[in-house]
Amino acid sequence: MSDATLAEICVVACAESWRGDGEVLASPIGVIPTLGSRLAALTFEPDLVYTDGDAFQLGAPLPSDAPADASKVVEAWMPFGKMFDVVWSGKRHVMMGATQIDQFGNQNIACIGPWSKPKAQLLGVRGAPGNTVNHPTSFWVGQHSTRVFVPAVDCVSGVGYDRAAAAGVAATQFHAVRHVVTNLAVLDFETPDHSMRIRSLHPGVTVDAVQDATGFPLVVPADVPETRAPTDEDLRLVREVLDPNGLRDAEVGG
Amino acid sequence: MADKRLTEEDVVAELRDGMTIGIGGWGSRRKPMSVVRAILRSSLKDLTVVSYGGPDVGMLCAAGKVRKAVYGFVSLDTIPLEPHFRNARQNGTIEAMELDEGMLQLGLRAAAWRVSFLPCRAGLGSAIMEINPDIKTVTSPYDGQELVAMPALPLDVALLHANRADERGNAQYLGPDWYFDDLFAMAAERTFVSCEEVVDPDGFARNGSAETIRISRLWTDGVIEAPFGAHFTHCVPDYGRDEALQREYAATAKDEDAWNAFRAKWIDVPEADYRRFAESSLRSERSG
Repeated sequence: MSDATLAEICVVACAESWRGDGEVLASPIGVIPTLGSRLAALTFEPDLVYTDGDAFQLGAPLPSDAPADASKVVEAWMPFGKMFDVVWSGKRHVMMGATQIDQFGNQNIACIGPWSKPKAQLLGVRGAPGNTVNHPTSFWVGQHSTRVFVPAVDCVSGVGYDRAAAAGVAATQFHAVRHVVTNLAVLDFETPDHSMRIRSLHPGVTVDAVQDATGFPLVVPADVPETRAPTDEDLRLVREVLDPNGLRDAEVGG
Repeated sequence: MADKRLTEEDVVAELRDGMTIGIGGWGSRRKPMSVVRAILRSSLKDLTVVSYGGPDVGMLCAAGKVRKAVYGFVSLDTIPLEPHFRNARQNGTIEAMELDEGMLQLGLRAAAWRVSFLPCRAGLGSAIMEINPDIKTVTSPYDGQELVAMPALPLDVALLHANRADERGNAQYLGPDWYFDDLFAMAAERTFVSCEEVVDPDGFARNGSAETIRISRLWTDGVIEAPFGAHFTHCVPDYGRDEALQREYAATAKDEDAWNAFRAKWIDVPEADYRRFAESSLRSERSG
């Protein structure tokens, strides 16, 4: 729809990452991925499973700014101990952030500079090593730039295709880096050598603009489609049900 | 019949320089802060701290108590990066063993089961295998796959905070998640559990069903009655996180004087005084 904002286009692009997943746990990190996973569940992936980010699996989504004590429809109990069971059993598709990401999908959220004495200690590797070799992983980057899309990341937290292959069958068996959604485009790794390619461009964005904001060469198909536009129903759900107070806008770079 | 009740100071007297101490809870949630404060006031040093870390790890780093931190993360939840821990890492003042979150619980489980490792997929291909050269892989005798052999993480002592406990050391968890407190207890030589209230054995039933009594006295060696013992981290349903005080704490990472002032006000004080401050701070947090 013509009046969709960039944030809303990104929400729909994130939602599309879970298309075809069926009954798995959608674990989004960040506002836009969270809205995307809920939108997918309310529209084309009704069997997706999601939680309140704490210990409960929900039967209906909460709005983005729901207070901690908001009443919830709880359909299952999912404390952190169970969460690792879900991760390691593979019934999950996570969408994480990335401070840095490279051509083969290696992601860094741990630190900038050498790990032994970092210039900036960030989140640490958190669950990224286990996530990426156990079940599908996608990424959300709100500000697509050469600072994020780098030739080599400082500390491999999430494992990319080249490093998984080097680590052997146990690492590749369930490994899949699906989509990287940014404020400019959707990227994927559906190329013969799993190097990053442009999957779709957001409205008004050119291939050159995406390549210029990326620190390594991207694979560009002959025909690059435009990212799917939000439907009227998508916009109603995002604006009225999932994010009535517009938290989505703060997470998208201009 | 053993009465395991003791005080924070009694626990500290059982600790030694260089010990490996596991701390329960998760991030800024249900941390045994009253015992951590007692450690901060002590002369203990060179500790190895194993934790899903929050302000426990941050404060121990800020006070120079930590030789090595073993962690899946160190975060204040609503403040994603623990600022005192960041300082320690960026200044190179601590050794670190950084693990995937799932690997940490596996290491505790291996210690609990008294085996030297447990296999997993997590870690393969990631920096984990480079930044932790002591972590090896193992080839499965069944299908030939190379897996990570997550080493056991045995603890000298585990420190936990529960909602309720009895004097024999059974512990009750009333919130939605007891995190990995049970694994910490089983991985440790000795476990000390602080709690909001010590109850009679029949008192458990007044608070919650039998399934909420998550830790058996088989695994505990001491019980500390510590009302507001997890403050400023949250201890639901007894109280939520004191976000205002957490923000004040986080801001002290920027300058030494602010940290010393925070110490004087919130750490170097008798626990009885602390409890009054905590109660009043939580009340203004709720009304603010």
